[in-house]
Amino acid sequence: MIGWKQIPPGMVILEAGSALKIKTGSWRAAYKPRWIEENCIQCLLCWLYCPDNAVKVEDGKRQDFDYEYCKGCGLCALECPGKKGNKAIVMEEEVR
Amino acid sequence: MTQIVAATGNEAVANALRQVEPDVCAAYPITPQTELMQRFSSFVSDGKVKTELILVESEHSALSACIGAAAAGGRVATATSSQGLALMWEMLYIASGFRLPIVMAVVNRALSSPINIHCDHSDAMGARDSGWIQLWSENAQEAYDNTIQAFRVAEHMDIRLPVMICYDGFIISHSIERIEYLDDDVVKNFVGEYKPLYPLLDVDNPKSYGPLILPDLYMEVRRAHAEVYKNVAKVVLEVAEEFKKTSGRSYGLFESYRLDDAEIGIVILNSAAGTTKDVIDEYRDKGVKIGLLKPRLFRPFPYEEIGKALKHLKAVCVFDRADAFGGSFGPLYLDIATSLYHYRKKPVLINKIYGLGGRDYMPEHAEAVIEELIKIAKTGRVRSYKEYIGVRE
Repeated sequence: MIGWKQIPPGMVILEAGSALKIKTGSWRAAYKPRWIEENCIQCLLCWLYCPDNAVKVEDGKRQDFDYEYCKGCGLCALECPGKKGNKAIVMEEEVR
Repeated sequence: MTQIVAATGNEAVANALRQVEPDVCAAYPITPQTELMQRFSSFVSDGKVKTELILVESEHSALSACIGAAAAGGRVATATSSQGLALMWEMLYIASGFRLPIVMAVVNRALSSPINIHCDHSDAMGARDSGWIQLWSENAQEAYDNTIQAFRVAEHMDIRLPVMICYDGFIISHSIERIEYLDDDVVKNFVGEYKPLYPLLDVDNPKSYGPLILPDLYMEVRRAHAEVYKNVAKVVLEVAEEFKKTSGRSYGLFESYRLDDAEIGIVILNSAAGTTKDVIDEYRDKGVKIGLLKPRLFRPFPYEEIGKALKHLKAVCVFDRADAFGGSFGPLYLDIATSLYHYRKKPVLINKIYGLGGRDYMPEHAEAVIEELIKIAKTGRVRSYKEYIGVRE
């Protein structure tokens, strides 16, 4: 850990994307989201709503979850419009 | 060329803000500050300045908008009084914690309750530990000069802290005085072009303001913050020196008035210092060795310098225009007492609470206190260490 002489003025964080160093997946308590690819319409609402970095996108296409950054908040599952009434993200009980 | 005008304190500070022309100004009206921002908003409406004026729904929002604009990279100013400053409370600490050089005029007014619109210092004294630099002003000229200098102090790269310019509500804000204005281009050159430190609008270099800091780092962040205040007095003096070359008017960390050979002294802030100096002159004519110290830089408090300036006296009265309810003494007294505590030989120190809620401070109040100080210096006996003056029994 850094000493007080290394603190930047106003504690402004000058390194972009440094939140990636904090892996919030360990916070997850009881439920984790599961992605069901056949119900996914690639709207990317889950990517937009995810408060962390758990939804990975490559070439504009949603990839599977990165559980190292998933707190299990369930926002993605709530917002997912799915396809024809079938959700592409469901929350499932996690056994640790 | 200097322009000499008759203007109110608010008018003078509004004119200083026009000359500085901040990028953003967010404000909410409150007596006795209202006239200041009303005049400044006229400058905006009349196209005299290009400042983005944000009219908000409260002082909490005013300072929040100022913080956002300053973090974005703008030169920012606002103004308030009393309840408005109280409503800004939580944002005051955020402005200083973020190291944002916001300049704010605080037109001193009593705090409720009971509600009262007139002058005392309870508003600014309540915010004295919020991390803002405070420059106090005896009259409209000092309020004008302090406003211009405040931008330089706040924006200095060794400091980057918000500054309050305090001056007395109504007594100074609404009374017309003789004021010398600097020319617009002189002020523009003096404050110079604004240099942001970490502007959020510099999108090629992304950055984050306001991270969560937990027990593993919080002490280090606050320790680093405390260090910044050690630079302030030096910069205030450097800026004052440069301002003297521009304006011919001298400023220090405090004003010493006939203090060097004095045996007794008075410490007093803002407009009441003017009245007191007149009374001191009368006593000097009678051969009484009395002087006055008027703090200008109240935060950070220049303990060492003030201690040195007062330690040779036999008796000193500190006047407070605010009480610290439930505490021992008035807020100014506490800092003066701390400045003197480490000296083996030091003056007897008494505290008078005066002028609350706009109660007039009259020459006879100063005379009574001086008579009391003369007795204390002669006998060493103190009747009362703290008392209210100008109050009916």
